[in-house]
Parts: sequence; structure tokens; C-alpha cells
Amino acid sequence: MTSHIQTIIDPPEDGHFRNGVATDGLIPSPTTLSLNLAINGRDHALDVEPRVTLLDALRERLHLTGTKKGCDQGQCGACTVHVDGERVLACLTLAAQVEGRSITTIEGLADEDGTLNAVQAAFLEQDAFQCGYCTPGQIMSAVACIREGHAGSDEEIREYMAGNLCRCGAYPNIVAAVRQAAQELRS
Amino acid sequence: MRDFSYLRADSVEAARNAAALPGAMLLAGGTTLIDLAKCGVAEPATVIDISHIEGLNAIDVTADRALIGALAKMSHVADHAEVKSLFPAVSEALWQAASAQLRNMATIGGNLMQRTRCPYFRDPANFPACNKRELGSGCSAIGGVTRGHAVLGVSEACIATYPGDLAVALVAFDAEVDLGERRLKVEDFFLAPGATAEQEHDIRPGEVITAIEIPGSAAARRSTYIKVRDRQSYEFAAASAAVGLELEGDGRTVRDIRVALGGVATKPWRARAVEDALKGKALDEATIREASELAMQGAVDHGANHYKIALAPRVIARAILKLGETA
Repeated sequence: MTSHIQTIIDPPEDGHFRNGVATDGLIPSPTTLSLNLAINGRDHALDVEPRVTLLDALRERLHLTGTKKGCDQGQCGACTVHVDGERVLACLTLAAQVEGRSITTIEGLADEDGTLNAVQAAFLEQDAFQCGYCTPGQIMSAVACIREGHAGSDEEIREYMAGNLCRCGAYPNIVAAVRQAAQELRS
Repeated sequence: MRDFSYLRADSVEAARNAAALPGAMLLAGGTTLIDLAKCGVAEPATVIDISHIEGLNAIDVTADRALIGALAKMSHVADHAEVKSLFPAVSEALWQAASAQLRNMATIGGNLMQRTRCPYFRDPANFPACNKRELGSGCSAIGGVTRGHAVLGVSEACIATYPGDLAVALVAFDAEVDLGERRLKVEDFFLAPGATAEQEHDIRPGEVITAIEIPGSAAARRSTYIKVRDRQSYEFAAASAAVGLELEGDGRTVRDIRVALGGVATKPWRARAVEDALKGKALDEATIREASELAMQGAVDHGANHYKIALAPRVIARAILKLGETA
């Protein structure tokens, strides 16, 4: 059975939900949710189980595979995306939770004509990756880091980029790329 | 992760009613709940998403108090200008916690509900014994690898460390948590394991955290949070200290001091013995170091975590000395 998200608007008077799925003391049962997600400026309709994370919805359902699955436990930053302009981890975010929010992934960063974002260009110029697996997460994190005003010094960049691990150890070049992009975006 | 049903609450009242359902768990930022659901530790029947409730994320700071809505994000509180100037230890505890991404997700109310990072607690498949998950099943940590485990507030049932940073600062400055019908000191909201390790918080079915309030004080204005850890960033504390200091007009005698510890205890740990030993005393390094040792009264180690008994007083002393230097 597919249903739209049940919003509990009225507090139940009898201890049960009137407009939710639970009545007569029954606990609501898992059901497929019909979601509409706004990703990179486009609306995407999809049906998912409530437990599906934003990361799995992006990769497995919408085939936006630029967002990477590293640890899937909130420890590596490879799945970093923006929700309402702020960087978050897609692996610890339920797809259902971000309905109505504006989601940006690495696929939505460059201009329509293919012109790269300043951070993407700086990562290329500074050779800020080796295998590249963590790079989409690094770039999404860096774009937000600069926008937050947390890229004022190398020390600050290292602190505020700490949530993105790079197993190849490209950290010096990543810091250089973020520093370069921050300077370009300020000027 | 087991599937669950998903309901979205549009008001605190709806959330309270839903929270009373059997097997219901509240979802705010999700950084603890979704993580523990993936580990097989949390198995909610129903997830009540409260993150869309309007008006619960306000941050209102005056010289008298900071009033922070339960859904305010850790990052927003950390960067708030008045929090930084009037409650610096709170801002410092927040920005040194987790990562920028996690701080953009995690809420202040959810942060108080953060569970321990004890690796035995987080791994039910390999370690069935955990009194925190199932009271009476035993403790796999005792006799296991204990480098990260607590030395204060431990019991024979549990030695899991409270992992958070914010609550350490909250406890130092007598913050309160608003549960609707009840209002508790944050210090009393957290429960040491004793014989009931499975209960970490004094919160009842149907209660929802709506806000925290931190009283303003001279000690809160002159405060800091020092966190020592195995790597420089994005790591839990080996030992941490929230300290606030108010000096007399002579600039060296202690009028008021607050000391709380993280990373070494089963709950955010107020070190009143240290405070009492320093009140009325003139600050000098020897006095500070001697008093800081009192924080470890009653400490019990389990081998590999013995180092924390030496480390924590040094972290306290470093924080007090840092504040003293700013006189």
C-alpha cells in the first residue's frame, strides 16, 4: 500500500490518531511513502519505504550516483549534500524527512552550460584528489565551508573540513584548493 | 535497518501524544537515531519526525539567560554572536563536537539524547551482553577493551562513557531542560548507571524536550571548553573540561568557579570538590593543580582507561590557567 506522509495535525482526543494511520489503539504499520523531492532545482516523485535514506534514494532510485556511499554511518563525509543550502550527511538523513526542502548534490553544482563551480575548478587545478571517491563529498563540504565563512585560514579550513576523510591522504592539496576557491570567491 | 512507520508531527502537542505510542521514537536531526537503527541498537516501530515543527529552533540570548529551542541546530548555536560572547564555553563545546555536517543536522534537544559510543553497546550482533541495551544481560566492556571507558560514575552494571560536549558546559552553568510539564536541571536529567544502566535520561513516555535555558553569570561570560582527544578534530573527548571563572576586584582571588568534565564519566560530570577548593583562594598554578586532582575522587579504572585519571585533572588545570591568563 502506498500513502502520502501522515501528518499529525490535530492532537488526538482519545489517545489515538484521527488523521494518522493509527486508530483504535493500533500502532501504525510501515507503508510505502510517496515522496516529492526537490533536487538540483527539479522535482522528483518516488515511492520509498520509510527507512530509506536520502543517500540510497539518490543513488539507487534516482541514479544520481555522484553522491558517494563510504561508511554509511556518518563518519566519513563522502555522502555530503546540501539541504536548504547547508551541508549534511545523506546517509543519516531519511528521504522522507527532506520532503519540502531544497536538496543540492554534486550534479547540481556546475552551471547549466557546464562551467564548473569555483571549488570544482580549484580541486582540478590543485590536484586535490587521488582516487577521487571522497571528492564529491569534499567539494560539497568545501562549497558550504566557504559560504559559512569558515575558510579564513588553513587552520580553520582543516578544522571545518574535518568531517571529510580522504584515505589517499590528499589533505594538503585539498586545503590548497579550498584556500584558492575561497580567495577567488572573496575577490 | 528494520523498517518502521513514519509520522510527521506538526506541533509539540502532537509530538507528545505520538511519543507515548509503544515503540515510538522521536526523530529530530537523526544523527543518533538513524545511526543506532543501522547498528541494530534502536528498533523503533514508529518514527515521529518532529523536525518540521515550526518555532522550536529559536535562539534568544540576553545577559540574564540563553533560551535555546530544542530544534536549534548545533552549528547555529555555536556561531551565534551572543552565545559566543556571553557563553563562550557553550560555543566552544559545540564547534569542537562532531563535524560541520553533523552539527548542521543535530539539534540541541537531540544532542541531550545522544547515546554512548561504547563499542560493545553499538554492536549487538557480536556482543549480546550489554546492560544498557538489555538490563541483566551483563557488561561486555568490563574485562574487555576499555581505553575509552569511564572512570567516574561507573557501576558494576555499566562503564560506558557519556560522549557529548555541550551537556558538559550546560552542567557547569546550571542549565535546565524544559520537558513541558516538568523542568529539570540538566545535571539531574542525565542518570549515572547504578543498577539501572538502561535508563540514561530522566524522561518519560510522552515527554518532549522543547528548550534548554542557561542562566547568565560572570563565570559563564569568562568560560572555556578544552577538549583533549586522540586526533585534533572530529573525535570524542579522551578528557574535556568546561570551566567558568569569576575573580574578585583584585584580579586574582576566586569569587566563583564552575568545573565540569567530559570524556571520563558516565554522565556530564560536575566537579564541585574542585570548585569548593578554589573558591576564595588566590589563583596560582600549584593551588590550581592541587585542587584539580580532587575531581578524580572516587575514580575507578578498568586497566586501559587508567590514563584518564591522570589526564583529566591536567585538562581542568589547563582550562583554569587559560582563563586566569585573560585577567
